[in-house]
Amino acid sequence: MMRRLPAVEGEWIDRSRPLQLRFEGRTVTALQGDTLSSALAAAGIMTVARSFKYHRPRGIVSAAGHDANAVFQIGHEPNQRGDQIAAREGLAFQAVNTRGGVARDRASAIGLLARFLPVGFYYKAFLGQRSFPWFERIIRNFSGLGRVRFDRIDPPRERRYQHCDVAVIGAGIAGLAAAVSAAEHGARRIVLIDEAQRPGGSGLWHAKTQPQDVARCRELIDRLNASSDVELLCSHSVVGYYADHELAVSRIDREDGGLRLLRARAVVMATGCIEQPAVFRNNDLPGVLLGSAAQRLLYRHGIGAGERIVVLGANDEAVALALDLVSQGLTITDLAVPEGSPIDPTSLPFGALRAAGVRVHGNVRAIAAQAGSDGTLAAVEWLGAGRREQVTCDCLLMSTGWMPALQLALQCGGSITFDAALGQHLPQTLPAGLFVAGRANGCFDFADRATDGAAAGEQAARHARGDLPVADRSAPPRSTRRHSHPAALFAHAAGKEFVDLDEDLTLADLANAAQEGFDSVELLKRYSTVGMGPSQGKLSNLNAARQLARVTGRELPTLGLTTARPPWQPVSLGALAGARLAPLRRTAMDAWHDRHGAVWMPAGNWRRPAYYVGATDTQQQIGAEVHAVRNGAGLIDVSTLGKIEVMGRDAGLLLDRMYVGVVSDLAPGRTRYAVMLDEAGTIIDDGVVARLADGRFYITTTTGGSTAIYRELQRRVAEWQLDCTLHNLTGHLAAMNLAGPRCREILAQCTQLPLDDKAFPYLALREGHVAGAEARIARVGFVGELGYEIHTPCDQAQAVWDALLHAGAATGLRPFGVEAQRILRLEKGHIIVGQDTDGVTNPFEAGLARMLRMNKPFFTGQRSLQALQRRGDRQQLIGFTIAAAQVPLAESHLAIDAGNIIGRITSVAYSATLGRTIGLALLAPAHAVIGGTVQFRDDHGAFHPATLVAPPFYDPAGERQRSGAQA
Amino acid sequence: MKLIPCPLNGLRPADEFIYAGEVRHMPDPAQSTDADWARYVFHRSGVPGVKQEWWCHTPSGYWFIAERDTTTDEILRSYPAAQRKVEAS
Repeated sequence: MMRRLPAVEGEWIDRSRPLQLRFEGRTVTALQGDTLSSALAAAGIMTVARSFKYHRPRGIVSAAGHDANAVFQIGHEPNQRGDQIAAREGLAFQAVNTRGGVARDRASAIGLLARFLPVGFYYKAFLGQRSFPWFERIIRNFSGLGRVRFDRIDPPRERRYQHCDVAVIGAGIAGLAAAVSAAEHGARRIVLIDEAQRPGGSGLWHAKTQPQDVARCRELIDRLNASSDVELLCSHSVVGYYADHELAVSRIDREDGGLRLLRARAVVMATGCIEQPAVFRNNDLPGVLLGSAAQRLLYRHGIGAGERIVVLGANDEAVALALDLVSQGLTITDLAVPEGSPIDPTSLPFGALRAAGVRVHGNVRAIAAQAGSDGTLAAVEWLGAGRREQVTCDCLLMSTGWMPALQLALQCGGSITFDAALGQHLPQTLPAGLFVAGRANGCFDFADRATDGAAAGEQAARHARGDLPVADRSAPPRSTRRHSHPAALFAHAAGKEFVDLDEDLTLADLANAAQEGFDSVELLKRYSTVGMGPSQGKLSNLNAARQLARVTGRELPTLGLTTARPPWQPVSLGALAGARLAPLRRTAMDAWHDRHGAVWMPAGNWRRPAYYVGATDTQQQIGAEVHAVRNGAGLIDVSTLGKIEVMGRDAGLLLDRMYVGVVSDLAPGRTRYAVMLDEAGTIIDDGVVARLADGRFYITTTTGGSTAIYRELQRRVAEWQLDCTLHNLTGHLAAMNLAGPRCREILAQCTQLPLDDKAFPYLALREGHVAGAEARIARVGFVGELGYEIHTPCDQAQAVWDALLHAGAATGLRPFGVEAQRILRLEKGHIIVGQDTDGVTNPFEAGLARMLRMNKPFFTGQRSLQALQRRGDRQQLIGFTIAAAQVPLAESHLAIDAGNIIGRITSVAYSATLGRTIGLALLAPAHAVIGGTVQFRDDHGAFHPATLVAPPFYDPAGERQRSGAQA
Repeated sequence: MKLIPCPLNGLRPADEFIYAGEVRHMPDPAQSTDADWARYVFHRSGVPGVKQEWWCHTPSGYWFIAERDTTTDEILRSYPAAQRKVEAS
């Protein structure tokens, strides 16, 4: 059983500060500096989790977050990594995948069904099954890690953006040396990132056997702490490495941590190696853990991994581990060296081991662990030198090999290659500015890691300064001998040799998948789900590839690797979402609308009043707003329109090339409706063009199109090299439309401008003052009544709005919203681009042929229209009326003829003014016949006959907007 | 996120830019057949290689041309639109 030892020199815990935690209802006493995992270990709790599929008892494996065993639910936060979350007073947590707690998980019975849950179970079970929904419900209930609270909305998490000269990933000896070296070579903003709570990595182990190394490591840490150039980010994980050295850095010591996006000029990856487990029967028992995990527990948390420890060791690190643990007073009974290991048991420093009472066994060909009555490790047996041996123990440490942590280098476009001499992967090509150092670069000796790190730090500092790379970086001092067993896989007749602890996959599962034809690493992964669990194959991908190589008779290097993608460590979705930056645009009158009962609707990235709440219901309110405009006067905020001033000698030329009509012949002070197409002849925007003076035009665009149209105008100016300047006034000017038969008398109270038809005719534009504010006023007719559109600077717009409402109080002037405006314009048959047109509607189809000036030298879309004209229309926009008032028809309802779709509704509304339902529809040309009848089908399948008519529905001659005739 | 060199503003993150496709030569509308014109309007060559592309730095409203190798996503250089070379396709 694990337990807390007497104080270990350099430990990260504070023995004077005890903490109380709650684990599944039990009180666990821990110390300041503990993680959740080490707190459980100190309390002697060996089983910390249940496995994903078979609910087998699981314990600490890596103590570094490289496995997905110690994953907990903390409050509403699922899947928190216990190896890395700091223990805090009062923190309550539980295992994520149990029925009734880890100790007596009722779901463990599912392990008895293991042989009915073959590899590829989902694919096999659901292929062509009609029972899928039933199965799915059962499986969703049984699987999954933790519980997500769907009824909860978390506050947004912080998102930080940071720039630095050099980012160093990993604060082991190589990373520490790199950071110090980068500072010495002129880098001023250095960020050093490590997943552990403190820097040092494995450089702090071997305190008694290699004291000079530990002293060197501490000295570097002291220098970093004293340096103002280095920011140390402990308990942070680099989870993504994106283009041009952008690192996504996740804070992992708090379950509510946010994300930091770090842009570096150069990066050193001193990410080290991930110790790889051996694969043998019952290798997943609590008590079987990595050698490096034992050292983490010992040197960070003062915890002994077991009372009687057996080491399964294949490399130099295994020998050093055994000597190190013995030097700290732990009991190692046996060291079992597998056949084919890089170390030779006959020529090792076994004298020291033997002196410490460690028995050494070479040529071990098979090994298996056995569970005791509590489900944790009780004994190990192995077959070596022709003898079967069994020893009782409570801890088996695996120290058989490594995998360099190079996934981040692969994410950003680097490549790696398998080095046969070293028996591991090494970087092959790296993006400019990325340098790999230390164990990840194949340097294993302590001094070599420090040297390699320092060299990489210097390179990074130079790159960050923009210096040319040093032509001849001396070859890194890589190890000349192997540190990994070529394949520590020990098949057993009774199975249960786990390759992937996340997904409960055994050697047999992978062999079966390969035999079923899924014999490439990518296919094997997808079919068997190996490496797809929360730890993303950190402990399983390499062993899975080795098993695939063994089963298919191929060499490991020829198999390749699965694609490395972010995230390197799990990140909570809340951290990825961050605080959303979606600014809402508000017009100058926004607060007024809000105070006066506006019901909001989105319009592009703005919000606009749909209508104003009043004494009656929605439909009556909208009806009253329409009635006011038709019979008295109304006022609507149209500030969201795009507003662009176009200036320069070529301004008219630009607009003539952009719009389908001619605008360069407009007289100053006149406006014209204008339509814009794309190169395919599709309508993309419409608005009003006004000429202010020679070489000065003022145009409006649709709300949704304002950004894109402004941008496209800018591009055309650059492309055609025109003498033309664009000034986007969309945010600078507010706009309001005063409309209705009595609006002239209201406006007259607020301006000195003469407003009679002669002085200010229909479609004219005047510049003057309204209520003391500078204004451009255009006579427009969008809603089909006498109307003035007033554009005025935002800071004065509210005063103008107030003045107009005050002036109109006696006349019944009322504000109206977008809903009323839609009905009013529909009565006039005016289209809304994007609602009454779609992604292919051209001006012929939309009834705008009269706008086209096909004899102009050029306009965008002109040549395509010539081709479209010859081809004929695909659809035709036409009006329709239905006598009834309450027709359940809406936009996009289909027109059906003899069972065939012949078109759809684009706009429909009840017109109180006309006493019938009116609308626009895009119909097949053969059916778009004035006077004809079509059948529209509603949501419930009922048909509604409609009579086709030519819009406009209201005041077809346009007398009202031209002369302001009284109703 | 990628960094893009703007001739006016220097190296800026990619989300400050929008992309508007390859620089293409517009055939003479009066001289081209419907088929040629349709090819110009609708056809985009996806062949990987070094492309001249329209990019806009949106905060400044500045359009320019970038030469990008679409196989490596590397921007080789960028320059003002006035310096673009348009070859007949």
